[in-house]
Amino acid sequence: MEKFKTFTGTVAGVDRANIDTDAIIPKEYLKSIKRTGFGAALFSDWRYNDDGSDNPSFVLNQPVTAGAQVLVARNNFGCGSSREHAVWAVQQYGFKVVIAPREGTIPAFADIFRGNCAKNGLLTIEMTSAQVDAIFQTLEKEPGVKGTVNLEAQQVVLHAAAGDQAYAFDIDPVLKNKLVNGLDDIALTLQYADDIAAYEARHK
Amino acid sequence: MSKTLFDKIWDAHVVKELGNGEVLLYIDRHLVHEVTSPQAFEGLRLAGRKVRCPERTFATMDHNVPTDENRMNITDPIAKAQIDALTENAAETGVTLFPLGDDRQGVIHIIGPEQGIVLPGMTVVCGDSHTATHGAFGSIAFGIGTSEVEHVLATQTLRQKKPKNYKVEFTGKLQPGVTAKDMVLKLIGMIGTAGGTGCAFEFCGEAIRNLSMEGRLTICNMAIEGGARAGLVAPDQVTFDYIASGDRKYAPKGEALTKAIAEWKKLYTDEGAKFDYELMIDVSKLAPQVTWGTSPGMVTDVTGTVPALDAVPEYSPADVRAALDYMGLESGMKMTDIKIDTVFIGSCTNGRIEDLREAAAVIKGKKVAKGVRVLVVPGSEAVRYAAEKERLDRIFVQAGAEWRYAGCSMCLAMNPDKLKDKERCASTSNRNFEGRQGKGGRTHLVSPAMAAAAAIHGHFVDIRELL
Repeated sequence: MEKFKTFTGTVAGVDRANIDTDAIIPKEYLKSIKRTGFGAALFSDWRYNDDGSDNPSFVLNQPVTAGAQVLVARNNFGCGSSREHAVWAVQQYGFKVVIAPREGTIPAFADIFRGNCAKNGLLTIEMTSAQVDAIFQTLEKEPGVKGTVNLEAQQVVLHAAAGDQAYAFDIDPVLKNKLVNGLDDIALTLQYADDIAAYEARHK
Repeated sequence: MSKTLFDKIWDAHVVKELGNGEVLLYIDRHLVHEVTSPQAFEGLRLAGRKVRCPERTFATMDHNVPTDENRMNITDPIAKAQIDALTENAAETGVTLFPLGDDRQGVIHIIGPEQGIVLPGMTVVCGDSHTATHGAFGSIAFGIGTSEVEHVLATQTLRQKKPKNYKVEFTGKLQPGVTAKDMVLKLIGMIGTAGGTGCAFEFCGEAIRNLSMEGRLTICNMAIEGGARAGLVAPDQVTFDYIASGDRKYAPKGEALTKAIAEWKKLYTDEGAKFDYELMIDVSKLAPQVTWGTSPGMVTDVTGTVPALDAVPEYSPADVRAALDYMGLESGMKMTDIKIDTVFIGSCTNGRIEDLREAAAVIKGKKVAKGVRVLVVPGSEAVRYAAEKERLDRIFVQAGAEWRYAGCSMCLAMNPDKLKDKERCASTSNRNFEGRQGKGGRTHLVSPAMAAAAAIHGHFVDIRELL
């Protein structure tokens, strides 16, 4: 897994709650032997017309937001099935971060989706509703606005025309450590390679 | 301190405590098939990692392979791509592969025991929920997801939290014609499909001791249908005799076997060990079981009727209504009045030689009922050879059944063997979910003897009346 480094990229918003894994990647795209190549299928029901052409009104098809790296949505993002393909699709499109708000007891992200993101190095940022409202307002006024995501400082900065807007966020320190150091579960376990080898030696 | 069998095996495989109740658990055997492994191998490749223990990893092709004469010519491009990918991945990483066309190919959970790959006291995983099957040897065996498959390939370990211990004691003696399949269906009917969530079952008691290895494999196979990721049986002389018999290439032999058996004899639950849950089931009056709904917990005696909407404790009336609508049944119908048009005998649940013998004994000298299609699919090529040596294939073919090559076949409709819309099947497999055997298909789970009896009569019959 790659280390999560501070970067600046285009921010794109999909202003919906409960975006489920079927919307992220419909199941006809699951029949693959690859872990790659899912980026083109991301949001395909919204992104493409029935004849396969681009739907120009969808945010990712607008020239200013194409190739965005920061995705902003509403609460309960990633609900539905446990398919890891949903994470692969978001990530392989080019997104490094997904931002969503917690609303009372409704989580920002569905549990399994969030867990799968952590396994794959996709950063999920939970913010307050007020913060996400403010981000959407900026996106409406300035589509294609750039943002800088600094995980170590736990801050997202939107570079708006009127000046920078900073949004702080909280994150589980264990997860932060994994992402900052690029430690996927396998990498973490491989830190215990000596213990594994010792176990194997004892059980020859 | 007194320990359960599960805890003994678990503790012996802890490489390291990771905190928060999580441990790094060593995995002795990793079984691999073509559907859940391609992305795991690709993940390894992308990260520049190697398979840590190819000698502990065994692969075959089972889920999507055709089972007819023309099976080597795979026309579904996705199935072909998955099979080709496994061939390449095994060659590249040095994993042992039993490919399509090999004498040892078959359903992964049939060939593991058959080849002596799985032995008592081991930890066994596979990217398939029916991995629980292998617990029948007194091993910890459970299904995992694709990320975990990759984790095991890379590290030969898994990060796991220990499940709770759930003791299921089967007392009494089974009546003739009543089988391991009926025992496990009864259990699932009693506790529901989530009853064992977060637990490992230990199956014990007189009725388990009296079962053959094959019957025990059937019971452990369906642990997952009761919600438990694992189920196991303490090894005994039946287990040791099974391992010592036949041509089990990977099992110890001679002196090594004698030494191993001495160790395996320590694998039992200590007197006074604590279980988190316990259940006792008397099987002496157990009737053959037939499912009527779209969940394995929707099951009743063959002598019974399709239940009223509010008469099924584990399911809401709405769930029962939806199941009956899908199944095309009405409350109050006698189970023996349900007519079937398809019979499937096979799968990791009931595709072993004893299962085929059981079915053949019922079918011998009789004809399949008019309009009924019967598929008999050996669980492995070795089972097929054994059955043909005993001429079981002739019994089936002369009765009007189709005799096939090994594979998962109609258990899961990922290959050409499927039910059509509204076709009704007496099936020896493990899941009766909507669409499991084909879109719109209606599945009734039963034992091999019950499936064979239904094949002859065209509807369910109480096998005990035919004996």
